[in-house]
Amino acid sequence: MSSTSPARPRSPMAAPRSFLWARRIFLTLLTGFVLLPVYVMVSSSLKPLEDVSGTFRWLPSGLTIRPYIDIWSTVPLAKYFMNSAIVAGAATVCSVVIAVFAAYAVSRYRFRGKRVFTVTVLSTQMFPGILFLLPLFLIYVNIGNATGIALFGSRGGLILTYLTFSLPFSIWMLIGYFDSVPRDLDEAALVDGCGPLGALFRVVVPAAIPGIVAVAVYAFMTAWGEVLFASVMTNDATRTLAVGLQGYATQTEVYWNQVMAASLVVSVPVVAGFLLLQRYLVAGLTAGAVK
Amino acid sequence: MTTTTTTAEAERRTVSGSTPGAARGPRRPGRIRRIGLPYLLLLPALVLELLVHLVPMVMGILMSFKALTRFSIRDWSAAPWSGFDNYKISVDINAPAGEALLHSFWVTCGFTVLSVGLCWLLGTATAIFLQDTFRGRGVLRTLFLVPYALPVYTAVITWAFMFQHDNGLVNHVLHDQLGLTDKPSFWLIGDNSFIALLTVSVWKGWPFAFLVIMAGLQNIPKELYEAAALDGAGMWQQIRRITLPSLRPVNQVLVLVLFLWTFNDFNTPYVLFGKAAPEAADLISIHVYQTTFATWNFGTGSAMSVLLLLFLLVVTGLYLLLTSRRRKTADV
Amino acid sequence: MRSIRVAAIGAVTLSLALAVSACGGGSSTAGGGGSNDSPKTLTYWASNQGASIAVDKKVLKPELDKFEKQTGIRVKLEVIPWSELLNRILTATTSGQGPDVLNIGNTWSASLQASGALLPWDDKNFGGIGGKDRFVDSALGSTGVKGEDPAAVPLYSMAYALYYNKKMFADAGISKPPATWDDVVADGKKLSKDGKWGLGAEGANLSENIHQVFVFAKQHGADFFTADGKPDFTSDGAVSAIKQYVDLMAKDKIIAPGNAEYAQNQSLSDFAKGKTAMVLWQTASATFASLGMKDDEWGVAPAPVRSGTPGTGTAVNSMVAGINLAVFKNTDNHDGALKFVKFMTSDAEQKILNKAYGSIPPVKSAQSDPAFNTQATAALRDTLAKSAEALPQVADESQFETSVGTAVKELFADAAGGRPVTTASVKAKLEKAQQQMPAK
Repeated sequence: MSSTSPARPRSPMAAPRSFLWARRIFLTLLTGFVLLPVYVMVSSSLKPLEDVSGTFRWLPSGLTIRPYIDIWSTVPLAKYFMNSAIVAGAATVCSVVIAVFAAYAVSRYRFRGKRVFTVTVLSTQMFPGILFLLPLFLIYVNIGNATGIALFGSRGGLILTYLTFSLPFSIWMLIGYFDSVPRDLDEAALVDGCGPLGALFRVVVPAAIPGIVAVAVYAFMTAWGEVLFASVMTNDATRTLAVGLQGYATQTEVYWNQVMAASLVVSVPVVAGFLLLQRYLVAGLTAGAVK
Repeated sequence: MTTTTTTAEAERRTVSGSTPGAARGPRRPGRIRRIGLPYLLLLPALVLELLVHLVPMVMGILMSFKALTRFSIRDWSAAPWSGFDNYKISVDINAPAGEALLHSFWVTCGFTVLSVGLCWLLGTATAIFLQDTFRGRGVLRTLFLVPYALPVYTAVITWAFMFQHDNGLVNHVLHDQLGLTDKPSFWLIGDNSFIALLTVSVWKGWPFAFLVIMAGLQNIPKELYEAAALDGAGMWQQIRRITLPSLRPVNQVLVLVLFLWTFNDFNTPYVLFGKAAPEAADLISIHVYQTTFATWNFGTGSAMSVLLLLFLLVVTGLYLLLTSRRRKTADV
Repeated sequence: MRSIRVAAIGAVTLSLALAVSACGGGSSTAGGGGSNDSPKTLTYWASNQGASIAVDKKVLKPELDKFEKQTGIRVKLEVIPWSELLNRILTATTSGQGPDVLNIGNTWSASLQASGALLPWDDKNFGGIGGKDRFVDSALGSTGVKGEDPAAVPLYSMAYALYYNKKMFADAGISKPPATWDDVVADGKKLSKDGKWGLGAEGANLSENIHQVFVFAKQHGADFFTADGKPDFTSDGAVSAIKQYVDLMAKDKIIAPGNAEYAQNQSLSDFAKGKTAMVLWQTASATFASLGMKDDEWGVAPAPVRSGTPGTGTAVNSMVAGINLAVFKNTDNHDGALKFVKFMTSDAEQKILNKAYGSIPPVKSAQSDPAFNTQATAALRDTLAKSAEALPQVADESQFETSVGTAVKELFADAAGGRPVTTASVKAKLEKAQQQMPAK
């Protein structure tokens, strides 16, 4: 169950011609639609500035890798990259660990307030970010004033914020996944003398790896792509890519080729990671969320 | 209302997990520890949710009852209470603020319905077409996930580049190459901006539907298809009679999640249009942002957000109520 | 049973929130002035004046070092992009955790003054930096509501001028730059052909729209606010002013329709590429240079008026554009902040900084420097001295920019989309804009 199931053919008999043609046409059109912006991104990133600030052209007038060199000096991209990596990485790790604990409790224990907990956590998914942006910011400032822990403007504050963004969905998905791990397994571990945490880490977590990977990917993408809170809660030193990329639209000109090059550079780690882990994602969703 | 809905949710969970009660679980530790453990495990999640979501939300609700403008923003707790004034401003559809909010609400509703519908349609069709093995299937599957994997802002920036009036690809193709329009169209201002926004949103959102439905398809027992094939059902009939009905529970969750994400979407319009969205694409999140941040009118902005939240609560509640009832009848 | 639990959770949440809000009230410095708790450092938020943030850092760093040498105070610099500056000031205002000294757009002065977050520049404070008299009047007119102590001190001044492409003018047989709007339209029609256009505009940039229509309104004898600060957007003068501006695209067709979606200074890059022959801008010389246009390729003339020559009243041809320097009221280095303002507005620094940014010093004695008497700067300096007026100094200025700016943006969108722009349609948009202003 937890491994990726191979293709499951719908029926032993061959598909009819109408189906094959429909599939061919549909998939061709869809591929075009999906690839168009990707092509634009890649080709524009290799064009000289004149090509991208004039009428659109399918083929560059000349290929250049200048944009890929210039992006690092036009804005401090490396620094933003670093900030994004730290923030998204830490948020992912924390979010996954916390979600594992919470999901384990909900999946394996009966306790008062369980329903209230799941309802409350899940309902936060529908809060409009705009409603709690300013209050959250005020809370961070007050915590900072009271305890000296700088949350506002720091990476820590952003990590805290982002990890809670992905937490509800992660917990919910992992509950489903943990439920599908047979209870006999952890009971056996308990009989062997493991504590409940031992059972969690030695039995349940290993069996739930696809679900955990799926959750981690989701958490990372959430943190890597967020714009609104990053635009208010960061400063010069902690600015993330989501905000930093606006820097290519300078007072004088939008350096579209650099924008595209930078977009590509910041996308590659996420896209590559996502595509490498997509097997897990499907498996995780199969066992967790959609059951 | 929410309580009812999640009862169904929780019941489903307990059944599917066949949880046999905690008392039988951990044996070694003492009673207190046994009872305390689940709470201990939940504590980090609970504290964080309180800190980042719930307490700020309550503060936001408090703010919505205050006359919180730039004159009082320096010390929000000292701002004067204004009762329901902010709400009156927000819902008075005969006055401009309320009228604009209502307009933005309808735009958002239309946008959400279309976007969720198209995402679902594309996702389902693609997942079904990719169900059988054929050459290139793996490549296509990977390819189709790219839009979802791209960070939102890079994807939207690229579309903004393509939608430019003078130098964009869209006008180059539609006008210069195909000659479909008399003159280049505007996509980032005016009425077409709705289409632009919808296009970007669907492009970005449909792979998620695809991913979830693909996962859902794997849970359909092969035997069902075999039985249907023996009965002489063709491919199209199998899809109609087996695939689509089996996907119902998946769709239920998927549509709700897509709905909430799309309705609350801020990133896409913000990156596409900047701080002031054109009237035709004035999504509610941007509208509230504009009310709040451009003019520092936090009282009214908070009231609008609270109304938005209430609306989402009601819709989600009704949705879950209806779908769970339907499911129960279906089960019987 | 369940509902009791929900209620209990709700109560806990609420009490937590109240606790937080209570400490919120206690910790922010209400009413109080600044202190001198950390006399050795200052935090300074600079706005993005140069071609990029990196340029700004390069310009400011040596000056800040100089200041440290003189006073022993280390200045922590952060250059903040325009897209973020207002939000950052907002967060600083609400939290009390802000910089000690900061740049603000001078049109924000009255709005920010209303928040009470900025140190008022009373006579005593002004005395510390050499007195009000050192500054140009027009610049002082954009530092806050009339009759109240200014919220900030002028730092850089700018004015609008008409930049034109010399070669395109020569090719079209135009011998001198237009002085009136009729000339602009006549010349523009000669220039608008073969994919080239007469004039550039930033139709989707709200502030830019406001700057332009403010001047048009002045020339039509109209104001957007009454003397006692009430919005008055729908007067005949205001309507015909805005119609005249949008008609440059809709009727006269000397602005390319594509400009309706410009908001990122694309009109400047069009100008530098020779796609448009004229552009109305503030201090564009450095920008043209960075876009690869040589100084002798463009000329500069005073911005047009309806008739006659620029002056006061209906002959105003520019807003007073510029940057002000403000001190955060709850700074923890009050004296240091004042010293820093004194340093930045000193004659020597004014010359260095305004030269670097191509702006005009608002300090009279610094203007004598020959650098402010070149082709690029003389027209600006004259305009500032004789025919520029400050945008309305009202607390609702930001709402005004948003509502009227959006109205103009939508009218441009109509014009670009081929829909008619009539007196009635302009008036309708302005009525809507006026209704969006907070009731007084």
